[in-house]
Amino acid sequence: MSVPEITVEGLVHVYPRGEVRALDGVDLRIGPGERVALVGQNGSGKTTLVRHLNGLLRPTAGRVQIGGDDASRLTVAALARSVGLVFQDPDRQIFAGSVRAEVEFGPRNLGHRGAELRAAVDGALATVGLADSGDANPYDLGASRRKLLALASVLAMRTPVLVLDEPTTGQDLAGVAIVRGVVEAAEAEGRTVIAISHDMAFVAETFERVVVMRAGRIVLDGPPASVFAEESWQALRSTYLEPPLAAVAGARLGLGSTPTDEALIAALG
Amino acid sequence: MLRLESVSYRYAGARRPSLRDVSLELADGEVVGLVGASEAGKTTLCLVASGLAPRIVGGTLRGRVLLDGEDVSDAPMHALAARVGIGFQNPATQLSGVAGTVFEEVAFGPMNLGVARDELLDRTWSALDALRVASLADRDPQRLSGGQQQLVAMAGLLAMRPQHLVLDEPTAQLDPAGTGLVSDAVARLAAGGASILIAEHKTDLLAAVATRVVAIDDGAIALDGPAEQVLAAPQLRRLGVAEPGGHRLARLAQEAGIGADRLRKLREALA
Repeated sequence: MSVPEITVEGLVHVYPRGEVRALDGVDLRIGPGERVALVGQNGSGKTTLVRHLNGLLRPTAGRVQIGGDDASRLTVAALARSVGLVFQDPDRQIFAGSVRAEVEFGPRNLGHRGAELRAAVDGALATVGLADSGDANPYDLGASRRKLLALASVLAMRTPVLVLDEPTTGQDLAGVAIVRGVVEAAEAEGRTVIAISHDMAFVAETFERVVVMRAGRIVLDGPPASVFAEESWQALRSTYLEPPLAAVAGARLGLGSTPTDEALIAALG
Repeated sequence: MLRLESVSYRYAGARRPSLRDVSLELADGEVVGLVGASEAGKTTLCLVASGLAPRIVGGTLRGRVLLDGEDVSDAPMHALAARVGIGFQNPATQLSGVAGTVFEEVAFGPMNLGVARDELLDRTWSALDALRVASLADRDPQRLSGGQQQLVAMAGLLAMRPQHLVLDEPTAQLDPAGTGLVSDAVARLAAGGASILIAEHKTDLLAAVATRVVAIDDGAIALDGPAEQVLAAPQLRRLGVAEPGGHRLARLAQEAGIGADRLRKLREALA
């Protein structure tokens, strides 16, 4: 699988009838296989940014390139082959009458049939813990499982780039572990993962790079150890984010930057 | 006061009940947190406590639901809606769909309760301010981000000043600041005497706002006690519930064999 580089240059987006610049000049380069968390307060432009990556939105100004190709010139079908986007709200994504049919839709449209299609669907359902629910109606599943179903339907397309919009919200311990497993598996396969999240502990533990947005712009960009280091707290708090508890405790104890529980405990011991 | 007496509930066509013999009482001014694994019955309990199940959702309810001592198990939905506020998990479901602006959206609830004009304006602006969405007053609610919609939905509930309030994951799509605003709004309503049931995965939020926490497992109550006690219970993780961050760190440090002196310092740093 060839994993494309993503480059965003001077991206501006104003929604129709919009009074605000949802994106106000974003420059971002994401290399193949990177695991990037996108964080920032509600309304800071995170969702608007990722919707440009698979062509759901077109730039008002600036440009987005996927593997060197201008995303505005690629068809939605071509983009769907490289960038899989899992919506924040699964109900805006799910439409099929059964769990299995829902997950089949994507890979079928990519031309997969027969054993290949079955394997893609079975694999995706097993990954999210829905292997036994293939015949269920998606709307008989609770909200958290519908969200995992939406994740499976994108996983089944095996896109080189995976974009997750708030994948852990509404998930219990097991659900969060499933999402973390998906990110780790993608990493092992060299695929790119971009995830929006408000859960800073999850972000610090799961991603190698954190991009912080405020009012349509990027204000911090770096590994968790630098983005959550004490020097960055003022910038973080300017966008109403709090560093993970482990980072706060580590700084209070004079242990340096300890963005994760693991890092803090290692520094303590 | 909101009270469930031996409530069992089964969705139409379901083989197994989703709630089994649940008894729960929320005093006036009490905030009760509801935790549990996915599909344990949190949303169903919210639907039953607010009266939407079985009235709108269908299914079979056994047991009784009481508001301020009055059995409302057979009361019609419109009578209940005036007395119990409900905040849905998905703000897109919550929004009325008829309001063209955020202001109208927030005013919609109290207007339908027959609140007089001056008070209506007052309540609406004060709720918009409390959730820091006053700057969005003229915007179309359908064109806000998920988190902004969740704040607007909460402002709408605040403006209704319900005596009983059921919230199903009211902060799922919110950033930490928004989560804090919802927490403040909940505390304000409780201080005004409302009994509030709040289903949440964010146990850190419950530690801040709930007086009591109830954990459900497979439709039945597994734990019920003071918030600090239930949130520190070792069974919590087995029930699929994440511990508050501070508890988790202290536990992991202890399991890693960090010495007593350093553990004490860590606890102080977490306090």
